[in-house]
Amino acid sequence: MVPLGHYLVVSGILFALGTAGVFLRRNVITVLLSIEIMLNAVNLSFIAFGRTLGTVDGQIIMFFVVTVAAAEAAVGLALVIALFRHRESLNPDLFTSLKW
Amino acid sequence: MLVLIPLLPFVGFLINALVGRRLSKRVSGAVACVAMFGAFLVSAGVVWSLLQMPSGDRGVVQHVFTWFVSGEFEAPFTLRLDPLGAIMVLVVSGIGFLIHVYSTAYMHEETDAEFARYFSYLNLFAAFMLVLVLGANFPVMFVGWEGVGLCSYLLIGFWFTKTSAADAGKKAFIVNRIGDFGFLLGMFLVWTTFGSLDFQIVAHRAGQMPVEIGFGVISLATLLLFVGATGKSAQIPLYVWLPDAMEGPTPVSALIHAATMVTAGVYMIGRNAVLFGLAPDTLAIVAGVGVATALMAGTIGLVQNDIKRVLAYSTVSQLGLMFVAMGVGAFAAGIFHLYTHAFFKALLFLGSGAVIHALAGEQDIRKMGGLKHELPITYWTFLIGSLAIAGVPLLSGFFSKDEILWKTFSGGHTVVWFVAAVASLLTAIYMFRLVILTFHGDRRASATSPADAGHGHAAAGGHHHVGEGSHLHDAPAPMAFALIVLAIGSVLAGYIGVPAALGGSNHIEHFLDPSFAAPGLAEAGEGGHHDHGAELTLMAVSSGAAFAGIGIAVYFFLRNRSLSDRLATRFAGVHRLLLHKYYVDEFYDAAVVQPIRSVSERGLWRVVDAGIVDGAVNGAGLVVSGWGAILRRLQTGSLRAYALSILVGAVVILGYFVWR
Repeated sequence: MVPLGHYLVVSGILFALGTAGVFLRRNVITVLLSIEIMLNAVNLSFIAFGRTLGTVDGQIIMFFVVTVAAAEAAVGLALVIALFRHRESLNPDLFTSLKW
Repeated sequence: MLVLIPLLPFVGFLINALVGRRLSKRVSGAVACVAMFGAFLVSAGVVWSLLQMPSGDRGVVQHVFTWFVSGEFEAPFTLRLDPLGAIMVLVVSGIGFLIHVYSTAYMHEETDAEFARYFSYLNLFAAFMLVLVLGANFPVMFVGWEGVGLCSYLLIGFWFTKTSAADAGKKAFIVNRIGDFGFLLGMFLVWTTFGSLDFQIVAHRAGQMPVEIGFGVISLATLLLFVGATGKSAQIPLYVWLPDAMEGPTPVSALIHAATMVTAGVYMIGRNAVLFGLAPDTLAIVAGVGVATALMAGTIGLVQNDIKRVLAYSTVSQLGLMFVAMGVGAFAAGIFHLYTHAFFKALLFLGSGAVIHALAGEQDIRKMGGLKHELPITYWTFLIGSLAIAGVPLLSGFFSKDEILWKTFSGGHTVVWFVAAVASLLTAIYMFRLVILTFHGDRRASATSPADAGHGHAAAGGHHHVGEGSHLHDAPAPMAFALIVLAIGSVLAGYIGVPAALGGSNHIEHFLDPSFAAPGLAEAGEGGHHDHGAELTLMAVSSGAAFAGIGIAVYFFLRNRSLSDRLATRFAGVHRLLLHKYYVDEFYDAAVVQPIRSVSERGLWRVVDAGIVDGAVNGAGLVVSGWGAILRRLQTGSLRAYALSILVGAVVILGYFVWR
């Protein structure tokens, strides 16, 4: 059986990749995908913990996260479409009007 | 029953204040007069029941409600009528009523709304004055005390569009505040010393104390109370407001600034006679201030040219005499003079009002003269008032003034007696100068025909066209009524106090005495058998002085006018000094008003207000906006920067929990 540490390492790597994607990519859609990767990295660690501890709690939380992620993706993509219609671009660095 | 006395005028005030502008003059005047007459009737009824009680134990008390309680301090709204209060209540409501009646004619030129405003103030004044007189403890008296001050301010400034009237009102109010401050401090000291503010309880506890030797706490308390009295009763150093108060309508001067309000200080000392009796030092100061005021105001009165101002200085001078009586411990004599003075001084003011009314607002006696035949009612009543105030024998002023002088002399205050006698000689001179310049001789100005004036016509009936071609009207009926009643009063009022030396029994003194003694300790306050011979001699001296004064006035101003003018130029310095009222106003202006003004402007305004207060407020704003300018750099609008700050925050919090 694969030990818990391995799952956590994979989860950590996925989370780091997702974080890097959020900060480094210049396309809003890619940023959203990176957020999905981060969420799934967390899901992975939940399930790994749940299996190790022999409970279903981890899986239950995972389902919640998946549900929220689906909703988030729907809203996020709708925003992306709206933004694109206004700015003809998907580069987040151009959307800087959210300030004083 | 007692509460009705102040309540009736107060209801009159409410009616005229709330709906007065919609009422006709006839109705609003009637409301005010009826309210006053009602108060007078109730007062007379209560005083009658008071007279039925055994002497020495006369008193009617009514507890109206508990005003406020704080810890062990309790201020009940209690009214009490005792012999002293009885005299005051009758004077205030009776003379007040006459002056209300007089006013209905005098103020007839005003519009309906102004007329109602005038009567609402006048009624409010009467209500407060009656509260002052009936209050059974210091706080209630203070309510009346402040209330009459307010009404005095309102009525002096009744014609507030005139700058001088508005200024005079402010001056009266501010000067009175100084006195009121002393009164308040005195009241606090009485509370801490005696543990009560009820007059009877204070008098009772004070009555068990020995007379204070040296200047102690009672002397201080009474002195502070006396400071209050100098403000309200226009004594040195706070008398300066009263002559200026003549800017108000003349009936107001008669009611407030001659007969009633200004005597409140005298009344207050009488009310606390037991307390003052314990403080000989204070009494000496009271007598000294009184006699100095009497002399000073008397000399100023000699040269003033405004008919009302002469009377104002005369009032100040007579009040000084009352304080002399208080200061030598002759409380009954002081109150007696207060009572007779109310008659003849109200009469004189109302008479001067009738003259002013007839001459369309002219007040300068240099432009009068020869009015004797044209204004007969005014002339004769005015003459009676002048004779009474001068102290001509068998008129009211003679009895009361002589009582004061005799008590002063027999008390051993020879110097005070001499100065007071000189002051009463001056009284006779300036009063008859006024009579002669106003009514005798020839008219010195003919430009004052009422046809082209705003104030002359009296619409009410009772016109007396004396002399063909004359356009002057004598006092109309309501004014004549008040003048005649007061003239009768000025003659007869003194007969309740005929001294024993003249075969009388001085009823008023025996009536009043219980009010000045500590309750329960009422002793036979009779001074024993005094020497009637000496008293008669003094009487002869002072009546001689009265006749001498009249004679001097007649000689200088009627027989030999040029002599008085020559005297004035010969002693130009003295004349100018008197004409400018000893430059006291100028001195106060330089010593008090201007320093306060410059401190306020340079210190309080420029430094404290503009510098410190505004600085603090603006500084708070500057600090906030400064920090805002710095902190807004964080709001870049860059999505990445926000995400980074969320990440850093999450890492820091996690790090804290991990490495804790």
